[in-house]
Amino acid sequence: MNIQFNDETFRDDYSFKNSQRAIDRFPFPFHEDSYMYSVNMEQHQGGPVDSVYEKRFDVDEHYVSEMRDREMVLADDPLRCQSLPHMTLAGWDLLELIMVSKSEDYPELFELHRDGANWHWINKPLGINDRFVFMDDTTLPYGPMEYITRQTQGDFCVLDQREENLWMDAGIVTTQADWSLDFDIGMNFFEWHAPVPLAHEKGIFKRALKFLLNIQQGAPARRLNWTMTVNPLLDTSPENYHKWGVQKMSVTPQNLGEKQYLRVELQTFFRLPRSNALVFPIRCYLMSFKDIVSKAKWGRRLHRVVRDIPEELATYKGFIDNRPMMLDFLSRYDDGLATSFGVWPDSDTEPALSERTT
Amino acid sequence: MSTFNFPESIRSRPVYGTLQAQVGKSHLMIADAHGAEAVLEMAAKEPAMMAQSHIIYIPKGMQFGLQIQALKPAQYYEGPSYAAAVSRIKRVLSDAAMGLQIYLSGTEGLIGQAQYEVMQAGFDYTAIQTEHRGSVARRMQCVHCKGITEDVMIDPFQCSHCGLNLFVRDHYSRRLAAFQGVCIDAEEPGNVPPSVELYS
Repeated sequence: MNIQFNDETFRDDYSFKNSQRAIDRFPFPFHEDSYMYSVNMEQHQGGPVDSVYEKRFDVDEHYVSEMRDREMVLADDPLRCQSLPHMTLAGWDLLELIMVSKSEDYPELFELHRDGANWHWINKPLGINDRFVFMDDTTLPYGPMEYITRQTQGDFCVLDQREENLWMDAGIVTTQADWSLDFDIGMNFFEWHAPVPLAHEKGIFKRALKFLLNIQQGAPARRLNWTMTVNPLLDTSPENYHKWGVQKMSVTPQNLGEKQYLRVELQTFFRLPRSNALVFPIRCYLMSFKDIVSKAKWGRRLHRVVRDIPEELATYKGFIDNRPMMLDFLSRYDDGLATSFGVWPDSDTEPALSERTT
Repeated sequence: MSTFNFPESIRSRPVYGTLQAQVGKSHLMIADAHGAEAVLEMAAKEPAMMAQSHIIYIPKGMQFGLQIQALKPAQYYEGPSYAAAVSRIKRVLSDAAMGLQIYLSGTEGLIGQAQYEVMQAGFDYTAIQTEHRGSVARRMQCVHCKGITEDVMIDPFQCSHCGLNLFVRDHYSRRLAAFQGVCIDAEEPGNVPPSVELYS
């Protein structure tokens, strides 16, 4: 596989775009025509060839540009990357996990050469060629977590495990769905999820925590989450909400297909070997409504999900005001035919959209 | 009456109890304003504890100082503000030995900030007694500029640092000892609803 990296922006002129390959492998999150919270965990042990689930840390055409965007966010606000003092060991664990995984999964892009503690890391897409001493903080330009996550797509939360709970004690967060690492750092699992409606009452977090506490080395897990974003803006942070919030008002019936994005998070969970911490990468995939409805099944289904989702969830996910306009657009791609079960677009078997007579 | 029943809220929002004397070698009480009443009520039930007690009190315009001194605590300090008292609190905590019991009472801002210092000194926050008394004003962090605005009584309010109009969330950080304030008119600048008193 030869990835062509896009030169694109996630701000200002928003030159971000998805190629046909990116559209085909988009992790559409709805396995049926409705949505409600669930723990929805599965093993993260590969997946269909070229899907976003295939590799441990998916690298796609947006890699180089996403890393450039992260660099800009961190330059503007260094508080987006924080690690409490006891989390440095977990940072080294994470660096090792990512370097080993990427060099094994993408040998044409990444190389790791180890001679005892003397490591040599080559990241070809970003032009990085560094030698350092494993576990010696002074030999890297950043702390180990920051060093490697400036080279890896997705936000990273590094969770300490103690007192039968998980604690958000380190992380790098620049592509988040409106939550603040700086505010939430140090919180336990229930506290940082406190603002999420309905899920506590359904016992979702208790069950999810129980599952996560028992994740073992070598047996990572994954799930999908989603929200809505206007424009392909990666940094939908609360810190900058007073700057980007106004963009939500820029959607019109004419431009909605291009401007309205479904934002999908591929969340994975890996146990780290020395620290016993849990690393929780949150990888963001963005796709415009226009590209989604190019898959007949996804267009039909997205319409039904957006139409029927409870008001609390539409409010929490921040699209309640634009929902009527979204439905006007999406209803044109829903002819009422049944959809097949599961997330895959089933392009070969799903019937094409029929002409509406009304 | 200086007590207030907070409505049920989200999981990050602190909950408070009623101060109850614990068995311990020594006792540290930190209170502000009406928090003095909680200390007085505990002492009335367990007067013997006062001989091993250090009380740090920030009156905030209240007149409980003489009543507390009349309890004859082993040590008493009255400070003009939390900021003035915090270096003393740190010093006292640095000497803390096994068997010290800690009691915090008064406003949420006082309880939260003192709890932070206690945690920094190595105590588990769940081992601290807390009781809310008096004002329901909140200590708010602006998520945008990170500035803290003390004693916020209305929602929405204006950030005392950057001037943005913020709404008051129940989401709370122990590390910051503050609730989160988020811009209320980000999507429609200038569309700010009239402020109302908290819990009104």
